[in-house]
Amino acid sequence: MGAARRLAWVEVKLLWREPLTVVFTLLFPLITLLVLAEVFGNAREVDPVTGEVFYRGVGPVDYYVPAYVALAVAAVGLISLPVHLAAYRERGVLRRLRASGVPAAMLMAAEVAVALLVALAGAVVIALAGAVVYGTGAPARPLAALAGFLLVTLTFAAVGLLLGAVLPTARAAQAAGLPLFLVMMMVCGAGPPPEALTGPLAALARGLPLTYAVRVVQDPWLGLPTGWGALAASAAFLVGCAALGLRLFRWE
Amino acid sequence: MGTATRPDAPSAPAATAPRAVEVRGLRKAYGERVALAGVSLDVLPGEIVGIIGRNGSGKTTLVECILGLRRADDGRVRVLGLDPQADRGRLRALVGCQLQESALPDRLRAGEALELFASLAAEPADPRALLAEWGLTGHRRTPFAALSGGQRQRLLVALALVTRPRVVFLDEMTTGLDPSARRTAWGLIDDIRRRGTTVVLVTHFMDEAERLCDRLVVLREGRVVGRGSPGELIARHAGQTRVTFTAAADVGFLRAVPGVRAVERTGGRVIVRGEGPLCALVGAALVARGLAPTDLRPVLPGLEDVFLALTGEEGA
Ligand SMILES: Nc1ncnc2c1ncn2[C@@H]1O[C@H](COP(=O)(O)OP(=O)(O)OP(=O)(O)O)[C@@H](O)[C@H]1O
Ligand SMILES: [Mg+2]
Repeated sequence: MGAARRLAWVEVKLLWREPLTVVFTLLFPLITLLVLAEVFGNAREVDPVTGEVFYRGVGPVDYYVPAYVALAVAAVGLISLPVHLAAYRERGVLRRLRASGVPAAMLMAAEVAVALLVALAGAVVIALAGAVVYGTGAPARPLAALAGFLLVTLTFAAVGLLLGAVLPTARAAQAAGLPLFLVMMMVCGAGPPPEALTGPLAALARGLPLTYAVRVVQDPWLGLPTGWGALAASAAFLVGCAALGLRLFRWE
Repeated sequence: MGTATRPDAPSAPAATAPRAVEVRGLRKAYGERVALAGVSLDVLPGEIVGIIGRNGSGKTTLVECILGLRRADDGRVRVLGLDPQADRGRLRALVGCQLQESALPDRLRAGEALELFASLAAEPADPRALLAEWGLTGHRRTPFAALSGGQRQRLLVALALVTRPRVVFLDEMTTGLDPSARRTAWGLIDDIRRRGTTVVLVTHFMDEAERLCDRLVVLREGRVVGRGSPGELIARHAGQTRVTFTAAADVGFLRAVPGVRAVERTGGRVIVRGEGPLCALVGAALVARGLAPTDLRPVLPGLEDVFLALTGEEGA
């Protein structure tokens, strides 16, 4: 086995041995999904006065299932990945890897592989929860949904690598990642429906990657027209964060 | 296992020989604090060179600058003719190191760690054989966090060797090892030397330096204050031989013995300083006067005396 594959494999095994952090990261979107679904049900919402449509014209539960797939992906990228990398830095594991000549890109690739795996687990759990508890359907365009999921996972892995590249300690990574996660969750379409957001919040949302990630997963999942703008924005975040993360990466 | 000084190696390598490590005028400061104030160093292929010096004298900084892990402010470093900053990729397969401060993930098992680091090399050593050599066979599946301090240290040294490097840097390799494990470690370092590996060894154990190193470099406040083989350094810097014994009688007559420089007394204890075959001559003189102390013994100058003489007193 080559070094890159072995490193990725080791990281997966380590994750498996310490599943608590991952479970915690994925539990949060799952619980929130179940609570919101209980509160809002799955009836389409139209404002009786203005005729404005909420939840992109689908039922709330249908809306939230793909949105929370994206939210689980965001949790991996904003919390687990940066905290993991920063803890490695803090403890001197990165020093050890660097001294053995492990290239930064090899380490990053291993972390991305782990992130993909965790995000996939999150997506499956959320989709199953929706299907079993509320009878939500499978994605309308499954292959496109999978592709969208992969894109947003890579995007958030890049965001996580950028955070993990510059934050010196696990605590710092937590202190930065958790608020980012909560803010994104509230304004990016994973909390109140996007139609309910007013001017400044909507503007803020346009600057955050989760807004586009939610769309990129929802469009094919719900059978809505492909949002090329959201795809492009996600790709832009991916390229920008990856480039910046590799540039700013610090071993110690 | 003997502790004799190695057959004397030249104190400085010939000017033309190819070097495994070449350091010229290395400087490094952390803000105001100067850690290296112009250090030069040559290590020939197959040599074991020791770096000794007090805490904070710059040993780790020197080693990590050579490895390219820290960027020096000035100076030139070559390892096997390559620049460790620019040629990191090519040096990866050629250099191994055990750092003073580093760690592995808590749940990573000893065997997995060795296999992971072995995968970085084209022709690695056999991880199982290394585990056995370093006394970790029973801990192949033990997570790093559950190893004892000395076991972790041994694993980290084994990791430095698993790629079969041509040059190995060991920063306090035997710190935390029990006496028997230290001796085993010395034997293993002898083995890798026999295979032609070059070793740079930082140590605080003078017996280890004397036992393993062909040449030593003594650092004080970021400068080289002594270099040479252990034997040379002892001859040059360790000062006089001493002979001690207990006697109530006046022993002023010993001043007349050839080679004796001083006779001091503290309570019942007599210390005779001087040169040459001091113990034999002092013993003969005592016996001639009818004195036969049972605790007559020479205190031979050693590396520890060199260390103290060259690096100054604590707080200096
Ligand atoms: N990362 C750092 N930041 C600031 N100062 C440092 C750093 N590393 C070392 N120093 C300082 O540089 C000097 C040399 O440190 P170094 O670690 O090289 O010493 P050493 O000889 O290895 O000591 P020891 O025997 O305790 O390991 C010390 O005064 C230390 O305080
Ligand atoms: Mg040190």
